[in-house]
Amino acid sequence: MRRRIRPQITDRIATATLYLVAGAFVLLLVAFVGYFLYSGRSELNFKFLFTEPAFSTAGGGIGPELFNSIYLVFLSGLISVPIGIAAGIYFAEYAKPGRLTDFLRLSIETLSSLPSIVVGLFGFLVFVILTGWKFTLMGGALAVTILNLPVIARTSEDAIRSVPESIKEGSLALGATRWQTIVRVLLPSALPGIVTGIIIASGRAFGEAATLLYTAGMSSPRLDFTNWNPISATSPLNPFRPAETLAVYIWKINSEGLVPDARQIADGASAVLILAVLAFNLLARFLSRLLGRRFGGSRS
Amino acid sequence: MDKVDACGCADPVVETDRVIVRTEKLNLHYGKLQALKDIGVELPANRINALIGPSGCGKSTFLKTLNRMNDLILDCRIDGRVYIDDVDIYGDIDVVDLRRRVGMVFQKPNPFPMSIYDNVAYGPRTHGTKSKTVLDEIVECSLRRTALWDEVKDRLRASALGISGGQQQRLCIARTIAVDPEIILMDEPTSALDPQSTLKIEDLMTELKKSYTIVIVTHNMQQAARVSDNTAFFLIGEVVEYGPTSRIFNQPTEKRTEDYISGRFS
Amino acid sequence: MANPPSRKVLGRINLYYWKHENLGRGLVTGFGIFLAGLTLLMAGFLAVKGLSTFLVDHVSPLEFLFSTKWSPDADVPAFGALIFIVGSILISTLALLISTPFSISTAMFVAEISPNLGRKVLQPAIEIFVGIPSVVYGWIGLSVLVPFIRRSFGGLGFSLLAGSLVLALMIFPTITSLAADAFRALPTDFREASYALGATRWQTVRKVLLPAAMPGILTGVVLGLARAFGEALAVQMVIGNMIRIPGKLTDATVNLTSIITMDMGNTATGTPWNDVLWSMALLLLMISFLFILLARTTGQKRRSLK
Repeated sequence: MRRRIRPQITDRIATATLYLVAGAFVLLLVAFVGYFLYSGRSELNFKFLFTEPAFSTAGGGIGPELFNSIYLVFLSGLISVPIGIAAGIYFAEYAKPGRLTDFLRLSIETLSSLPSIVVGLFGFLVFVILTGWKFTLMGGALAVTILNLPVIARTSEDAIRSVPESIKEGSLALGATRWQTIVRVLLPSALPGIVTGIIIASGRAFGEAATLLYTAGMSSPRLDFTNWNPISATSPLNPFRPAETLAVYIWKINSEGLVPDARQIADGASAVLILAVLAFNLLARFLSRLLGRRFGGSRS
Repeated sequence: MDKVDACGCADPVVETDRVIVRTEKLNLHYGKLQALKDIGVELPANRINALIGPSGCGKSTFLKTLNRMNDLILDCRIDGRVYIDDVDIYGDIDVVDLRRRVGMVFQKPNPFPMSIYDNVAYGPRTHGTKSKTVLDEIVECSLRRTALWDEVKDRLRASALGISGGQQQRLCIARTIAVDPEIILMDEPTSALDPQSTLKIEDLMTELKKSYTIVIVTHNMQQAARVSDNTAFFLIGEVVEYGPTSRIFNQPTEKRTEDYISGRFS
Repeated sequence: MANPPSRKVLGRINLYYWKHENLGRGLVTGFGIFLAGLTLLMAGFLAVKGLSTFLVDHVSPLEFLFSTKWSPDADVPAFGALIFIVGSILISTLALLISTPFSISTAMFVAEISPNLGRKVLQPAIEIFVGIPSVVYGWIGLSVLVPFIRRSFGGLGFSLLAGSLVLALMIFPTITSLAADAFRALPTDFREASYALGATRWQTVRKVLLPAAMPGILTGVVLGLARAFGEALAVQMVIGNMIRIPGKLTDATVNLTSIITMDMGNTATGTPWNDVLWSMALLLLMISFLFILLARTTGQKRRSLK
């Protein structure tokens, strides 16, 4: 009988261990997030979030960095969303199975797995040196676009593929062209998945640093937040100016460290980034549920 | 039917035996597999033409050659001729226009994940109708003709996925007639439905044949006997026998037809 | 007749098709190919820059790959990148060794032990972990882990160990979610058959499901390794950046991405020193391409298994 019992005991022990590992993981995340929110709590105030950073004295804020991060994500989204969705449509609906498509897919997979520093160097070469722009927000946005494109293309393709074939046939049988079917039926049905992909990509762009060190640069000119003329040099909206983002700033004050309160600033800025990650996640969940309900799920 | 005539959708009933679909030596291959062999049939307009036969006999494949839905399948090869109104639909024609004129209803109801209204308006919108009043008229009239209007008129903006399976299938028929086709292909339209919904759809077909030609694939022989005017019996890619339903069911000339109808094999 | 689309004669091809199909099709095809072309363009640019070390500056590729002598600013400069290559390999391998057992355990939990908790708690947690920026990982490594290692094990704290631990945390979600997918993709028959023979859940997981899911898990491991290999800032912030091959876990060291990050800003374009950094970037590109090929072969095994 002894031998019979043993597997049950092993089963109990293994199950308990797995519960432990999974529990530890969740605990770790809670600790991680909790730590940053706790250590950054004193910096999560209006002054820190919206004032200029200081150069060598304590008490500087992260206002321009925060703005640059948001603006960069926005600019990059303007380019990567349409192109990414278009590429997703191509691979889901038009690409014929075969060597050429295999090759294209391999290229895009490689693109999506490239180290971000390598993408940053490419951006440096093309958007900084070749164009002669020097370090610019636009250059950074374009480099980040290269990172985002494969993500958006991939999630769009998956979302479009998951729409049932019968719905597609229904549209074609009514005399809609393939393109009309895509635009009027497939895209609306795939929207929740596509939106989730876009938000994930945006979240990634928001916290990206390695790509931006040598494209958007590690400084920000003094910005005049009352000047909204996008071609003026001091305007925050001008995309052709150097633009240090929040994540780059965390890295920079740690490696250069001229300000005495670098630690508080890094804690505060990290807390902001963590909060942004949480916000992007919640937004993705909320939107995909909302859109899922809007375009079909509901049984009224 | 008064209401239908009032909204101007019903074409006058034409009692002629005009042939609308004609095939000549139609062969279809999926890769190396021959799915249709030398099909030559003539289907008359304003009739219900049933295609029966055991599963895998090619009846659904044949149906899909009539609106070229087989074009979507890779390595599907078709030769021979299919004429609709004496135009070869595998010649130099516009597939979009063909599919508008030859509508299709599928085995499982496949409403789009949008509102009931948008489902019916989908076809006309796709073909360029923008006017709200015209669309309203088409939607109401199509829903009336499928006896769905009274059931859904208060929730036209609700999701089409929220109505019952039988209602969904009638919605799909409404969606098809909204683009005013000449022929409606039905691929086992009631196989996913309960008996009551099936009867409703059968009544609907009898009503619709006044304005449209119906070609229906069914595995249910009682259904074929109940509603169809003509029946074609398919077996392993060939048409064994074709003729008026009453004759096929009562005095089949072919032994194989008789065997199938009397249930000796299936 | 209420229907506005006029009955066109069959047989006429009109502008409609061009407008509603070919334009859209051409557009998305163009973008799809553009995206793939971008990779080639990138590879091309990096190749031109990276190969000039060997073609213009006449550094021997063998020296670059296999020499540990790195003195780019000496009178007779030497450009051996072996220290950086070894650093990258050590750090990412260690990270993988730390992360994989936990990842597979968590994946088992999510897919087999408690799919409900998995979906409601662990899946969102994994997604949040993936989303946390690498500088934040670097910063927690710098402000928490490095002092901790300094106090516990002596030395600077900036170390191979710190880098590996930070990376282990970063690649954990990648491996876990791919491994969980691999478990979920297994047919239910496997489980039923095993339970029907009287096996316990753990026996089923261990003896039947784990071997069957192995190809998918390997894909996850390879992609995790790729991520670890290419990570720059989080590692650079905690490994100390001492140009030497580490003797023990608590030694400071350096890797490919760190040296690129630090030196790219300090060297002038066109100098041999700068060119060597591009060669390293080219090397990283080639390695991530290899990882993708590797992940594909393990993935293919999975497909043939089904």
